[in-house]
Amino acid sequence: MSVTDIKDITQNPRNVKKLKAEERRESLTFLGLSMPAVLGILIIVFLPIFWLSSLSFYDAKGALSTENYARIFESALYKRTFVVTSQISITVTVICVLLGYPLCYWLTKMKDRTASILMIFVLVPFWTSILVRTYAWLVLLQRKGIINSSLVSLGIIDEPIQLAHNLTGSIIGMVHIMLPFLILPLYATMRGIDTDLVRAALGLGSTPRKAFWHVFFPMSLPGLFAGIVLVFILSLGFFVTPALLGGGRVQMLAQRIESTITIYSNWGAASALGVVLLLLAFVMIWLMNRVFGLDKLFMR
Amino acid sequence: MDQVGQRKIDGMWLTVVGIAVLFFLILPTLIVIPISFSGASFLEFPPKSFSLRWYEAYFSSPEWMSGTKTSLIAAVITTIIATPLGTLCAYGLHCSTPRVRNTLQILVIMPIVVPVILIAVGVFSLYAKLGLNYTLTGIIIAHTALALPFVIVTVMSGLQNYDFDQELAARSMGASRAVALWTITVPQVKFSIQTGAFLAFITSLDEVVISMMVSGGDNATITRRMFNSMRDHLDPTIAAISTCLIVVSVTALIGVQLIGRRKNIDK
Repeated sequence: MSVTDIKDITQNPRNVKKLKAEERRESLTFLGLSMPAVLGILIIVFLPIFWLSSLSFYDAKGALSTENYARIFESALYKRTFVVTSQISITVTVICVLLGYPLCYWLTKMKDRTASILMIFVLVPFWTSILVRTYAWLVLLQRKGIINSSLVSLGIIDEPIQLAHNLTGSIIGMVHIMLPFLILPLYATMRGIDTDLVRAALGLGSTPRKAFWHVFFPMSLPGLFAGIVLVFILSLGFFVTPALLGGGRVQMLAQRIESTITIYSNWGAASALGVVLLLLAFVMIWLMNRVFGLDKLFMR
Repeated sequence: MDQVGQRKIDGMWLTVVGIAVLFFLILPTLIVIPISFSGASFLEFPPKSFSLRWYEAYFSSPEWMSGTKTSLIAAVITTIIATPLGTLCAYGLHCSTPRVRNTLQILVIMPIVVPVILIAVGVFSLYAKLGLNYTLTGIIIAHTALALPFVIVTVMSGLQNYDFDQELAARSMGASRAVALWTITVPQVKFSIQTGAFLAFITSLDEVVISMMVSGGDNATITRRMFNSMRDHLDPTIAAISTCLIVVSVTALIGVQLIGRRKNIDK
Protein backbone atom coordinates (compact mmCIF):
# COMPACT_ATOMS: atom_id res chain seq x y z
CA MET A 1 0.00 0.00 0.00
CA SER A 2 1.40 3.35 -0.89
CA VAL A 3 1.24 6.44 1.29
CA THR A 4 -1.52 8.01 -0.77
CA ASP A 5 -3.65 4.87 -0.43
CA ILE A 6 -3.41 5.05 3.37
CA LYS A 7 -4.30 8.73 3.22
CA ASP A 8 -7.33 7.91 1.10
CA ILE A 9 -8.48 5.35 3.61
CA THR A 10 -7.88 7.36 6.78
CA GLN A 11 -9.31 10.58 5.36
CA ASN A 12 -12.43 9.06 3.96
CA PRO A 13 -15.24 10.86 5.88
CA ARG A 14 -16.88 7.60 6.92
CA ASN A 15 -13.62 6.23 8.27
CA VAL A 16 -12.69 9.50 9.96
CA LYS A 17 -15.80 9.23 12.10
CA LYS A 18 -15.12 5.61 12.97
CA LEU A 19 -11.47 6.31 13.81
CA LYS A 20 -12.47 9.17 16.09
CA ALA A 21 -14.95 6.96 17.91
CA GLU A 22 -12.33 4.23 18.20
CA GLU A 23 -9.84 6.75 19.59
CA ARG A 24 -12.31 7.96 22.18
CA ARG A 25 -13.11 4.39 23.21
CA GLU A 26 -9.39 3.66 23.55
CA SER A 27 -8.69 6.67 25.73
CA LEU A 28 -11.69 5.79 27.93
CA THR A 29 -10.30 2.28 28.35
CA PHE A 30 -6.94 3.68 29.45
CA LEU A 31 -8.62 6.05 31.85
CA GLY A 32 -10.61 3.10 33.19
CA LEU A 33 -7.40 1.15 33.84
CA SER A 34 -5.99 4.04 35.84
CA MET A 35 -9.15 4.77 37.75
CA PRO A 36 -9.00 2.23 40.62
CA ALA A 37 -5.62 3.56 41.76
CA VAL A 38 -6.45 7.21 41.08
CA LEU A 39 -9.79 6.98 42.90
CA GLY A 40 -8.20 5.11 45.80
CA ILE A 41 -5.62 7.83 46.27
CA LEU A 42 -8.28 10.54 45.90
CA ILE A 43 -10.63 8.99 48.45
CA ILE A 44 -8.05 7.93 51.04
CA VAL A 45 -5.49 10.72 50.77
CA PHE A 46 -7.08 13.85 49.32
CA LEU A 47 -10.77 13.73 50.26
CA PRO A 48 -10.20 13.60 54.05
CA ILE A 49 -7.53 16.29 53.85
CA PHE A 50 -9.88 18.67 52.05
CA TRP A 51 -12.74 17.83 54.38
CA LEU A 52 -10.47 18.55 57.35
CA SER A 53 -9.34 21.79 55.77
CA SER A 54 -12.96 22.92 55.61
CA LEU A 55 -13.27 22.32 59.37
CA SER A 56 -10.74 25.09 59.97
CA PHE A 57 -13.29 27.70 58.88
CA TYR A 58 -15.77 26.85 61.65
CA ASP A 59 -15.55 27.80 65.31
CA ALA A 60 -16.38 25.51 68.26
CA LYS A 61 -20.11 26.26 67.96
CA GLY A 62 -20.18 25.37 64.27
CA ALA A 63 -20.53 28.89 62.90
CA LEU A 64 -18.40 30.16 60.03
CA SER A 65 -15.42 32.11 61.36
CA THR A 66 -11.75 32.79 60.93
CA GLU A 67 -11.17 32.31 64.64
CA ASN A 68 -8.84 29.34 64.11
CA TYR A 69 -6.58 31.33 61.82
CA ALA A 70 -6.66 34.41 64.06
CA ARG A 71 -5.44 32.19 66.89
CA ILE A 72 -2.47 30.97 64.83
CA PHE A 73 -1.28 34.54 64.44
CA GLU A 74 -2.08 35.67 67.98
CA SER A 75 -1.17 32.72 70.18
CA ALA A 76 2.44 32.81 71.35
CA LEU A 77 2.43 29.00 71.46
CA TYR A 78 1.58 28.62 67.77
CA LYS A 79 3.92 31.42 66.78
CA ARG A 80 6.71 29.61 68.60
CA THR A 81 5.81 26.40 66.75
CA PHE A 82 6.11 28.11 63.38
CA VAL A 83 9.40 29.75 64.30
CA VAL A 84 10.89 26.48 65.61
CA THR A 85 9.62 24.54 62.59
CA SER A 86 11.14 26.94 60.06
CA GLN A 87 14.39 27.26 62.02
CA ILE A 88 14.84 23.50 62.18
CA SER A 89 13.83 22.95 58.54
CA ILE A 90 16.22 25.63 57.27
CA THR A 91 19.11 24.42 59.46
CA VAL A 92 18.59 20.81 58.38
CA THR A 93 18.42 21.80 54.70
CA VAL A 94 21.59 23.91 54.91
CA ILE A 95 23.56 21.15 56.70
CA CYS A 96 22.31 18.59 54.14
CA VAL A 97 23.60 20.77 51.29
CA LEU A 98 26.96 21.29 52.98
CA LEU A 99 27.38 17.53 53.51
CA GLY A 100 25.63 16.25 50.40
CA TYR A 101 27.09 18.45 47.68
CA PRO A 102 30.78 17.58 48.30
CA LEU A 103 29.86 13.89 48.59
CA CYS A 104 28.00 13.87 45.27
CA TYR A 105 30.79 15.81 43.56
CA TRP A 106 33.35 13.36 44.92
CA LEU A 107 31.27 10.39 43.71
CA THR A 108 30.89 11.97 40.27
CA LYS A 109 34.66 11.96 39.85
CA MET A 110 34.82 8.19 40.41
CA LYS A 111 34.45 5.37 37.94
CA ASP A 112 30.83 4.26 37.52
CA ARG A 113 31.47 0.93 39.22
CA THR A 114 33.20 2.37 42.30
CA ALA A 115 30.58 5.07 42.61
CA SER A 116 27.69 2.62 42.46
CA ILE A 117 29.32 0.50 45.16
CA LEU A 118 29.79 3.58 47.35
CA MET A 119 26.16 4.54 46.70
CA ILE A 120 25.22 1.49 48.80
CA PHE A 121 26.32 3.61 51.79
CA VAL A 122 23.57 6.04 50.82
CA LEU A 123 20.91 3.51 49.78
CA VAL A 124 21.07 1.22 52.83
CA PRO A 125 20.22 4.06 55.24
CA PHE A 126 17.62 5.31 52.74
CA TRP A 127 15.82 1.94 52.84
CA THR A 128 16.19 1.47 56.58
CA SER A 129 13.20 2.36 58.72
CA ILE A 130 13.19 5.89 60.18
CA LEU A 131 12.43 4.39 63.58
CA VAL A 132 15.52 2.19 63.46
CA ARG A 133 17.76 5.15 62.63
CA THR A 134 16.15 7.38 65.24
CA TYR A 135 16.67 4.65 67.84
CA ALA A 136 20.35 4.45 66.86
CA TRP A 137 20.75 8.19 67.40
CA LEU A 138 18.98 7.98 70.76
CA VAL A 139 21.59 5.39 71.77
CA LEU A 140 24.55 7.31 70.33
CA LEU A 141 23.57 10.68 71.73
CA GLN A 142 22.49 9.65 75.23
CA ARG A 143 24.32 11.05 78.26
CA LYS A 144 26.55 8.01 78.68
CA GLY A 145 26.56 7.31 74.96
CA ILE A 146 29.61 6.76 72.79
CA ILE A 147 29.69 10.31 71.40
CA ASN A 148 29.70 11.92 74.84
CA SER A 149 32.29 9.50 76.23
CA SER A 150 34.63 9.96 73.25
CA LEU A 151 34.32 13.74 73.43
CA VAL A 152 35.20 13.55 77.14
CA SER A 153 38.15 11.20 76.65
CA LEU A 154 39.45 13.41 73.82
CA GLY A 155 39.34 16.30 76.25
CA ILE A 156 37.01 18.37 74.07
CA ILE A 157 34.43 18.62 76.84
CA ASP A 158 34.86 18.13 80.61
CA GLU A 159 31.64 16.30 81.33
CA PRO A 160 28.86 14.77 79.21
CA ILE A 161 26.62 17.31 77.52
CA GLN A 162 22.95 16.97 76.67
CA LEU A 163 22.78 15.84 73.05
CA ALA A 164 19.48 13.96 72.83
CA HIS A 165 16.02 15.08 73.96
CA ASN A 166 16.62 18.61 72.70
CA LEU A 167 17.04 20.71 69.56
CA THR A 168 20.59 19.49 68.81
CA GLY A 169 19.50 15.85 68.87
CA SER A 170 16.49 16.55 66.64
CA ILE A 171 18.64 18.32 64.08
CA ILE A 172 21.35 15.63 64.00
CA GLY A 173 18.76 12.89 63.61
CA MET A 174 16.82 14.77 60.94
CA VAL A 175 19.96 15.51 58.90
CA HIS A 176 20.71 11.79 58.91
CA ILE A 177 17.20 10.93 57.68
CA MET A 178 17.01 13.74 55.08
CA LEU A 179 20.50 13.56 53.56
CA PRO A 180 19.68 10.75 51.07
CA PHE A 181 16.73 12.80 49.78
CA LEU A 182 19.20 15.54 48.85
CA ILE A 183 21.85 13.19 47.52
CA LEU A 184 19.67 11.09 45.17
CA PRO A 185 18.34 13.83 42.82
CA LEU A 186 21.58 15.82 43.05
CA TYR A 187 23.78 12.84 42.21
CA ALA A 188 21.52 11.82 39.32
CA THR A 189 21.85 15.34 37.86
CA MET A 190 25.63 15.47 38.38
CA ARG A 191 26.09 12.09 36.68
CA GLY A 192 24.29 13.48 33.66
CA ILE A 193 26.65 16.45 33.31
CA ASP A 194 29.02 16.19 30.37
CA THR A 195 32.46 16.42 32.04
CA ASP A 196 34.04 17.23 28.65
CA LEU A 197 32.67 20.75 29.14
CA VAL A 198 34.73 21.13 32.32
CA ARG A 199 37.75 19.73 30.50
CA ALA A 200 37.15 22.19 27.67
CA ALA A 201 37.15 25.07 30.17
CA LEU A 202 40.42 23.79 31.64
CA GLY A 203 41.91 23.40 28.17
CA LEU A 204 40.98 26.98 27.38
CA GLY A 205 43.03 28.15 30.36
CA SER A 206 40.51 28.28 33.19
CA THR A 207 41.68 27.39 36.70
CA PRO A 208 40.04 24.27 38.20
CA ARG A 209 38.14 26.42 40.71
CA LYS A 210 36.83 28.74 38.01
CA ALA A 211 35.88 25.78 35.83
CA PHE A 212 33.96 24.30 38.75
CA TRP A 213 32.06 27.46 39.67
CA HIS A 214 31.37 28.68 36.12
CA VAL A 215 30.77 25.40 34.32
CA PHE A 216 30.01 22.47 36.61
CA PHE A 217 28.14 24.17 39.45
CA PRO A 218 25.50 25.94 37.30
CA MET A 219 24.70 22.66 35.54
CA SER A 220 24.21 20.86 38.87
CA LEU A 221 21.72 23.48 40.09
CA PRO A 222 18.46 21.77 38.96
CA GLY A 223 19.32 18.64 40.96
CA LEU A 224 20.49 20.70 43.92
CA PHE A 225 17.28 22.69 43.86
CA ALA A 226 15.12 19.55 43.68
CA GLY A 227 17.00 18.09 46.64
CA ILE A 228 16.68 21.28 48.68
CA VAL A 229 12.95 21.56 48.08
CA LEU A 230 12.41 17.87 48.86
CA VAL A 231 14.38 18.05 52.12
CA PHE A 232 12.66 21.29 53.12
CA ILE A 233 9.10 19.98 52.49
CA LEU A 234 9.76 16.71 54.29
CA SER A 235 11.36 18.57 57.22
CA LEU A 236 8.42 20.97 57.55
CA GLY A 237 6.00 18.11 58.12
CA PHE A 238 8.35 15.69 59.85
CA PHE A 239 6.97 13.93 62.88
CA VAL A 240 8.78 10.82 64.06
CA THR A 241 12.37 11.93 64.65
CA PRO A 242 11.73 15.30 66.33
CA ALA A 243 9.03 13.67 68.48
CA LEU A 244 11.50 11.06 69.75
CA LEU A 245 14.85 12.89 69.68
CA GLY A 246 13.31 16.19 70.82
CA GLY A 247 12.06 14.52 73.99
CA GLY A 248 9.00 16.78 74.17
CA ARG A 249 11.15 19.93 74.29
CA VAL A 250 11.02 20.46 70.53
CA GLN A 251 7.52 21.04 69.17
CA MET A 252 7.40 21.13 65.39
CA LEU A 253 4.25 21.73 63.35
CA ALA A 254 3.44 18.04 62.84
CA GLN A 255 3.67 17.29 66.57
CA ARG A 256 1.54 20.32 67.38
CA ILE A 257 -1.14 19.06 64.97
CA GLU A 258 -1.02 15.58 66.48
CA SER A 259 -1.21 16.77 70.10
CA THR A 260 -3.96 19.29 69.30
CA ILE A 261 -6.08 16.37 68.11
CA THR A 262 -5.13 13.47 70.36
CA ILE A 263 -4.79 15.47 73.60
CA TYR A 264 -7.09 18.47 73.15
CA SER A 265 -9.49 17.11 70.48
CA ASN A 266 -9.51 20.59 68.97
CA TRP A 267 -10.14 19.73 65.30
CA GLY A 268 -10.69 23.31 64.20
CA ALA A 269 -7.34 24.51 65.51
CA ALA A 270 -5.50 21.43 64.25
CA SER A 271 -6.97 21.71 60.77
CA ALA A 272 -6.02 25.40 60.53
CA LEU A 273 -2.44 24.39 61.31
CA GLY A 274 -2.81 21.60 58.76
CA VAL A 275 -4.01 24.02 56.07
CA VAL A 276 -0.96 26.23 56.63
CA LEU A 277 1.34 23.20 56.39
CA LEU A 278 -0.49 22.00 53.28
CA LEU A 279 -0.23 25.40 51.59
CA LEU A 280 3.49 25.58 52.34
CA ALA A 281 3.91 22.07 50.89
CA PHE A 282 1.86 22.90 47.78
CA VAL A 283 3.89 26.02 47.06
CA MET A 284 7.08 23.96 47.36
CA ILE A 285 5.71 21.15 45.18
CA TRP A 286 4.60 23.65 42.56
CA LEU A 287 8.02 25.30 42.57
CA MET A 288 9.76 21.96 42.24
CA ASN A 289 7.45 20.88 39.45
CA ARG A 290 8.28 24.09 37.57
CA VAL A 291 12.03 23.73 37.91
CA PHE A 292 12.68 20.00 37.90
CA GLY A 293 9.51 18.13 36.99
CA LEU A 294 8.01 16.08 39.80
CA ASP A 295 8.00 12.92 37.70
CA LYS A 296 11.70 13.13 36.84
CA LEU A 297 12.59 13.33 40.50
CA PHE A 298 11.75 9.69 41.10
CA MET A 299 12.80 8.25 37.77
CA ARG A 300 16.23 6.91 37.24
CA MET B 1 50.62 28.18 45.46
CA ASP B 2 50.92 26.49 42.07
CA GLN B 3 47.89 24.98 40.40
CA VAL B 4 48.87 21.34 40.82
CA GLY B 5 49.37 21.78 44.58
CA GLN B 6 46.06 23.58 44.89
CA ARG B 7 44.35 20.79 42.99
CA LYS B 8 45.84 18.16 45.26
CA ILE B 9 44.62 19.96 48.36
CA ASP B 10 41.15 20.39 46.85
CA GLY B 11 41.08 16.70 45.97
CA MET B 12 42.20 15.59 49.44
CA TRP B 13 39.69 17.85 51.14
CA LEU B 14 36.96 16.40 48.94
CA THR B 15 37.99 12.81 49.69
CA VAL B 16 38.03 13.43 53.45
CA VAL B 17 34.59 15.04 53.42
CA GLY B 18 33.20 12.36 51.10
CA ILE B 19 34.38 9.48 53.27
CA ALA B 20 33.25 11.22 56.46
CA VAL B 21 29.74 11.77 55.08
CA LEU B 22 29.47 8.15 53.91
CA PHE B 23 30.41 6.95 57.41
CA PHE B 24 28.00 9.42 58.97
CA LEU B 25 25.27 7.81 56.85
CA ILE B 26 26.08 4.14 57.30
CA LEU B 27 27.44 3.77 60.86
CA PRO B 28 24.36 4.88 62.82
CA THR B 29 22.27 2.68 60.53
CA LEU B 30 24.25 -0.44 61.34
CA ILE B 31 25.01 0.29 65.00
CA VAL B 32 21.80 -1.42 66.16
CA ILE B 33 23.21 -4.77 65.01
CA PRO B 34 26.03 -5.04 67.63
CA ILE B 35 23.74 -3.56 70.29
CA SER B 36 21.15 -6.25 69.63
CA PHE B 37 23.66 -8.99 70.54
CA SER B 38 24.66 -7.33 73.81
CA GLY B 39 24.73 -9.52 76.91
CA ALA B 40 24.10 -6.76 79.43
CA SER B 41 20.72 -6.32 81.07
CA PHE B 42 20.73 -2.63 80.15
CA LEU B 43 21.61 -0.74 77.00
CA GLU B 44 25.34 -0.42 76.44
CA PHE B 45 27.45 0.47 73.45
CA PRO B 46 29.94 -0.86 72.64
CA PRO B 47 28.70 -4.12 74.18
CA LYS B 48 31.11 -5.90 76.55
CA SER B 49 29.57 -9.34 76.28
CA PHE B 50 27.41 -11.05 73.68
CA SER B 51 24.20 -13.03 73.94
CA LEU B 52 20.90 -13.64 72.20
CA ARG B 53 18.85 -12.51 75.20
CA TRP B 54 17.24 -9.58 73.35
CA TYR B 55 16.15 -11.78 70.48
CA GLU B 56 14.70 -14.13 73.06
CA ALA B 57 12.92 -11.19 74.68
CA TYR B 58 11.54 -10.21 71.28
CA PHE B 59 10.40 -13.64 70.13
CA SER B 60 8.88 -14.62 73.50
CA SER B 61 6.86 -11.43 73.95
CA PRO B 62 3.20 -11.80 72.87
CA GLU B 63 2.92 -8.01 72.32
CA TRP B 64 5.93 -7.79 70.01
CA MET B 65 4.90 -10.95 68.18
CA SER B 66 1.35 -9.69 67.65
CA GLY B 67 2.75 -6.40 66.31
CA THR B 68 5.10 -8.25 63.97
CA LYS B 69 2.26 -10.41 62.70
CA THR B 70 0.01 -7.39 62.06
CA SER B 71 2.79 -5.53 60.25
CA LEU B 72 3.80 -8.49 58.08
CA ILE B 73 0.21 -9.32 57.10
CA ALA B 74 -0.48 -5.65 56.32
CA ALA B 75 2.72 -5.33 54.26
CA VAL B 76 2.09 -8.52 52.25
CA ILE B 77 -1.56 -7.72 51.48
CA THR B 78 -0.69 -4.08 50.68
CA THR B 79 1.92 -5.33 48.20
CA ILE B 80 -0.54 -7.80 46.65
CA ILE B 81 -3.17 -5.07 46.14
CA ALA B 82 -0.96 -2.10 45.29
CA THR B 83 1.28 -3.82 42.72
CA PRO B 84 -1.37 -4.81 40.13
CA LEU B 85 -3.47 -1.66 40.70
CA GLY B 86 -0.41 0.55 40.39
CA THR B 87 0.85 -1.31 37.32
CA LEU B 88 -2.50 -1.00 35.53
CA CYS B 89 -2.66 2.68 36.45
CA ALA B 90 0.86 3.27 35.12
CA TYR B 91 0.00 1.46 31.88
CA GLY B 92 -3.24 3.42 31.50
CA LEU B 93 -1.51 6.74 32.14
CA HIS B 94 1.36 5.86 29.82
CA CYS B 95 -1.05 5.25 26.92
CA SER B 96 -3.30 8.23 27.65
CA THR B 97 -3.14 11.59 25.89
CA PRO B 98 -0.42 13.90 27.28
CA ARG B 99 -2.96 16.20 28.89
CA VAL B 100 -4.68 13.45 30.88
CA ARG B 101 -1.34 11.90 31.71
CA ASN B 102 0.28 15.04 33.07
CA THR B 103 -2.69 15.99 35.23
CA LEU B 104 -3.26 12.57 36.75
CA GLN B 105 0.47 11.90 37.09
CA ILE B 106 0.96 14.86 39.42
CA LEU B 107 -2.11 13.79 41.37
CA VAL B 108 -0.85 10.25 41.93
CA ILE B 109 2.69 11.32 42.79
CA MET B 110 1.59 13.97 45.26
CA PRO B 111 1.01 11.65 48.28
CA ILE B 112 4.78 11.06 48.33
CA VAL B 113 5.42 14.71 49.18
CA VAL B 114 2.26 15.64 51.11
CA PRO B 115 3.17 15.67 54.83
CA VAL B 116 2.22 12.23 56.22
CA ILE B 117 0.81 13.71 59.41
CA LEU B 118 -1.96 15.35 57.33
CA ILE B 119 -2.76 12.06 55.57
CA ALA B 120 -2.76 10.33 58.97
CA VAL B 121 -5.13 12.82 60.61
CA GLY B 122 -7.38 12.76 57.54
CA VAL B 123 -7.53 8.97 57.39
CA PHE B 124 -8.18 8.87 61.14
CA SER B 125 -11.24 11.11 60.81
CA LEU B 126 -12.49 9.24 57.73
CA TYR B 127 -12.13 5.91 59.56
CA ALA B 128 -13.92 7.30 62.62
CA LYS B 129 -17.00 7.64 60.36
CA LEU B 130 -16.55 4.22 58.74
CA GLY B 131 -15.59 2.38 61.94
CA LEU B 132 -12.27 1.30 60.46
CA ASN B 133 -9.95 2.61 63.17
CA TYR B 134 -8.00 -0.12 64.96
CA THR B 135 -8.81 -2.68 62.24
CA LEU B 136 -6.39 -4.56 60.00
CA THR B 137 -8.53 -3.64 56.97
CA GLY B 138 -8.12 0.03 57.82
CA ILE B 139 -4.33 -0.26 58.01
CA ILE B 140 -4.19 -2.12 54.71
CA ILE B 141 -6.38 0.41 52.87
CA ALA B 142 -4.33 3.37 54.13
CA HIS B 143 -1.02 1.67 53.38
CA THR B 144 -2.20 0.73 49.89
CA ALA B 145 -3.03 4.37 49.12
CA LEU B 146 0.40 5.34 50.40
CA ALA B 147 2.22 2.60 48.45
CA LEU B 148 0.41 3.09 45.10
CA PRO B 149 2.38 6.21 44.07
CA PHE B 150 5.68 4.33 44.42
CA VAL B 151 4.46 1.45 42.23
CA ILE B 152 3.01 3.85 39.62
CA VAL B 153 6.18 5.94 39.43
CA THR B 154 8.55 2.98 39.05
CA VAL B 155 6.39 1.16 36.49
CA MET B 156 5.88 4.35 34.47
CA SER B 157 9.62 4.91 34.32
CA GLY B 158 10.01 1.29 33.17
CA LEU B 159 7.39 1.80 30.44
CA GLN B 160 9.25 4.87 29.20
CA ASN B 161 12.25 2.72 28.34
CA TYR B 162 10.12 0.06 26.69
CA ASP B 163 9.59 0.04 22.95
CA PHE B 164 5.83 0.19 22.63
CA ASP B 165 5.84 -0.90 18.99
CA GLN B 166 6.34 -4.45 20.26
CA GLU B 167 2.85 -4.41 21.69
CA LEU B 168 1.47 -2.85 18.51
CA ALA B 169 3.17 -5.61 16.52
CA ALA B 170 1.54 -8.26 18.69
CA ARG B 171 -1.85 -6.63 18.24
CA SER B 172 -1.50 -6.23 14.50
CA MET B 173 -0.94 -9.97 14.38
CA GLY B 174 -4.22 -10.57 16.11
CA ALA B 175 -3.53 -10.49 19.84
CA SER B 176 -6.13 -8.69 21.90
CA ARG B 177 -4.95 -5.74 23.99
CA ALA B 178 -5.18 -7.76 27.19
CA VAL B 179 -3.18 -10.65 25.73
CA ALA B 180 -0.56 -8.27 24.29
CA LEU B 181 -0.26 -6.51 27.64
CA TRP B 182 0.11 -9.73 29.60
CA THR B 183 2.41 -11.67 27.27
CA ILE B 184 4.50 -8.91 25.67
CA THR B 185 4.56 -5.77 27.79
CA VAL B 186 4.45 -7.12 31.35
CA PRO B 187 7.43 -9.49 30.97
CA GLN B 188 9.51 -6.62 29.55
CA VAL B 189 8.84 -4.25 32.45
CA LYS B 190 8.95 -7.06 35.02
CA PHE B 191 11.92 -5.53 36.82
CA SER B 192 10.12 -2.22 37.33
CA ILE B 193 7.05 -4.03 38.63
CA GLN B 194 9.20 -6.02 41.05
CA THR B 195 10.92 -2.84 42.24
CA GLY B 196 7.49 -1.25 42.69
CA ALA B 197 6.33 -4.27 44.71
CA PHE B 198 9.44 -4.00 46.89
CA LEU B 199 8.76 -0.29 47.50
CA ALA B 200 5.13 -1.04 48.37
CA PHE B 201 6.22 -3.70 50.87
CA ILE B 202 8.81 -1.47 52.55
CA THR B 203 6.45 1.53 52.59
CA SER B 204 3.87 -0.48 54.50
CA LEU B 205 6.32 -2.28 56.80
CA ASP B 206 8.17 0.88 57.88
CA GLU B 207 5.17 3.21 58.04
CA VAL B 208 4.86 4.89 61.47
CA VAL B 209 2.66 7.98 61.49
CA ILE B 210 -0.55 6.57 59.98
CA SER B 211 -0.16 3.36 62.00
CA MET B 212 0.20 5.49 65.10
CA MET B 213 -3.16 7.14 64.47
CA VAL B 214 -5.29 4.32 63.04
CA SER B 215 -3.82 1.09 64.39
CA GLY B 216 -4.16 -0.03 67.97
CA GLY B 217 -5.35 -2.68 70.39
CA ASP B 218 -4.72 -6.16 69.05
CA ASN B 219 -4.05 -4.69 65.62
CA ALA B 220 -1.24 -2.31 66.63
CA THR B 221 1.60 -2.55 64.14
CA ILE B 222 5.17 -3.21 65.22
CA THR B 223 6.14 0.37 64.33
CA ARG B 224 3.43 1.81 66.57
CA ARG B 225 4.61 -0.38 69.45
CA MET B 226 8.24 0.58 68.80
CA PHE B 227 7.38 4.28 68.70
CA ASN B 228 5.52 4.13 72.00
CA SER B 229 8.27 2.12 73.65
CA MET B 230 10.94 4.57 72.43
CA ARG B 231 9.01 7.48 73.90
CA ASP B 232 9.39 5.94 77.37
CA HIS B 233 12.85 4.41 77.55
CA LEU B 234 15.66 2.80 75.57
CA ASP B 235 14.76 -0.88 75.47
CA PRO B 236 17.51 -3.06 73.90
CA THR B 237 14.74 -5.33 72.55
CA ILE B 238 14.15 -2.57 69.97
CA ALA B 239 17.71 -3.15 68.72
CA ALA B 240 16.87 -6.82 68.10
CA ILE B 241 13.64 -5.87 66.28
CA SER B 242 15.50 -3.19 64.30
CA THR B 243 18.11 -5.73 63.22
CA CYS B 244 15.33 -8.01 61.97
CA LEU B 245 13.75 -5.09 60.08
CA ILE B 246 17.10 -4.24 58.45
CA VAL B 247 17.59 -7.89 57.47
CA VAL B 248 14.12 -7.96 55.87
CA SER B 249 14.70 -4.69 53.93
CA VAL B 250 18.19 -5.61 52.76
CA THR B 251 17.12 -9.13 51.75
CA ALA B 252 14.23 -7.73 49.72
CA LEU B 253 16.50 -5.11 48.13
CA ILE B 254 19.17 -7.67 47.22
CA GLY B 255 16.45 -9.98 45.90
CA VAL B 256 15.15 -7.32 43.54
CA GLN B 257 18.68 -6.40 42.42
CA LEU B 258 19.59 -10.05 41.75
CA ILE B 259 16.46 -10.64 39.68
CA GLY B 260 17.27 -7.46 37.76
CA ARG B 261 20.85 -8.53 37.13
CA ARG B 262 19.78 -11.97 35.92
CA LYS B 263 17.46 -10.27 33.47
CA ASN B 264 20.36 -8.21 32.13
CA ILE B 265 22.54 -11.29 31.69
CA ASP B 266 19.73 -13.03 29.80
CA LYS B 267 19.83 -10.21 27.30
